[in-house]
Amino acid sequence: MSAHKMLAEVGCHIQANCGFPAPGLNSFNFKPIFSVGSFHFTKPMLLAIICMVLVVGFFWAAFGKPKLVPGKIQLVGEIGYNFIARGIARDVIGKKGDKFVPFLTSIFFFVWLMNIMSIIPLAQFPVASRYAYPVALALLVWITYMYLTFKTHGFKGGVKNLVWLDGLPGWIVPLIVGLEFLQNVILRPFTLSVRLWANMFAGHMLIVMFSVASWYLLTPSIMSAFAAGSFVMAIVMTAFEVLIQFLQAYIFTLLASIYISGALEEGH
Amino acid sequence: MSTDLVSLAANTSNISIQGNLGAIAYGLAAIGPGVGIGVVFGHSIEAMARQPEAMPVIRTNMFLGFALCEVLALLGLVAPFIFPAK
Repeated sequence: MSAHKMLAEVGCHIQANCGFPAPGLNSFNFKPIFSVGSFHFTKPMLLAIICMVLVVGFFWAAFGKPKLVPGKIQLVGEIGYNFIARGIARDVIGKKGDKFVPFLTSIFFFVWLMNIMSIIPLAQFPVASRYAYPVALALLVWITYMYLTFKTHGFKGGVKNLVWLDGLPGWIVPLIVGLEFLQNVILRPFTLSVRLWANMFAGHMLIVMFSVASWYLLTPSIMSAFAAGSFVMAIVMTAFEVLIQFLQAYIFTLLASIYISGALEEGH
Repeated sequence: MSTDLVSLAANTSNISIQGNLGAIAYGLAAIGPGVGIGVVFGHSIEAMARQPEAMPVIRTNMFLGFALCEVLALLGLVAPFIFPAK
């Protein structure tokens, strides 16, 4: 159950002397919609499924029956596809990246849609602020990265690609090998998932914070000006979140393509 | 004035500060990435102003640098959840 809902039920204002009900981790826990045994189906899952259906449905409608002269939906789909193909895949990976454009496009639009759910009325929850969702996406990227590394270079060359840098003095090699391994194999998927999760988490927390504060500060006096200020801040933060949501989806896709290009590189 | 300070210093054991150490830790953790993100964007804007024709490459690398810098601040945000207060 979300914090603002509990607040509205309690009817807690600043004069009621009940203390500010600061939003915390309880804003991210939901009562299950339905349960099958120990499996609980919650709102984030529902939103993730809706996002999946929307992405698949949109691209199916756009490219199911492609025409030479594109219709409206196909035009929008092509703009989105070209944004990834030219702006990310061709720039970062190069000619070899054309194969991965569908993968990157679906990741970008899925992540973006999941983030946008944060500001859609009634949904109002960024799916990626539950850590499992970014972890699953980062694992997908990580498995692709590992698979491509070992497929391109073979086992020995793949390991070398992951941990080795050429032209180092001998005494520093053990340190660099350890650091490179840590960075490429462990920290990359970790930071990829944490970046998305923490951004969405912090953004949702900010919006909830200002919404709760504007309700809490509302009194039948001139002091309601504070509530108005808080309400304005909530709207400003929502606008700011729109930017962040796009940026995070873009960065996630950009980093995925950088990892792929690192795996496809000839020499390190 | 000085006697006040002395008595304050003598009574420091009575002063109790309440709050969340995690908030302070995050404040400290945000300093470095704050400076870093400023450097990344500042230099990217400078580079774009000098060479507008190289803008796509600069923008891609700008967001890359931004992402790598930003994650430090976000790790600071994550740390209190990994090591929660008792």
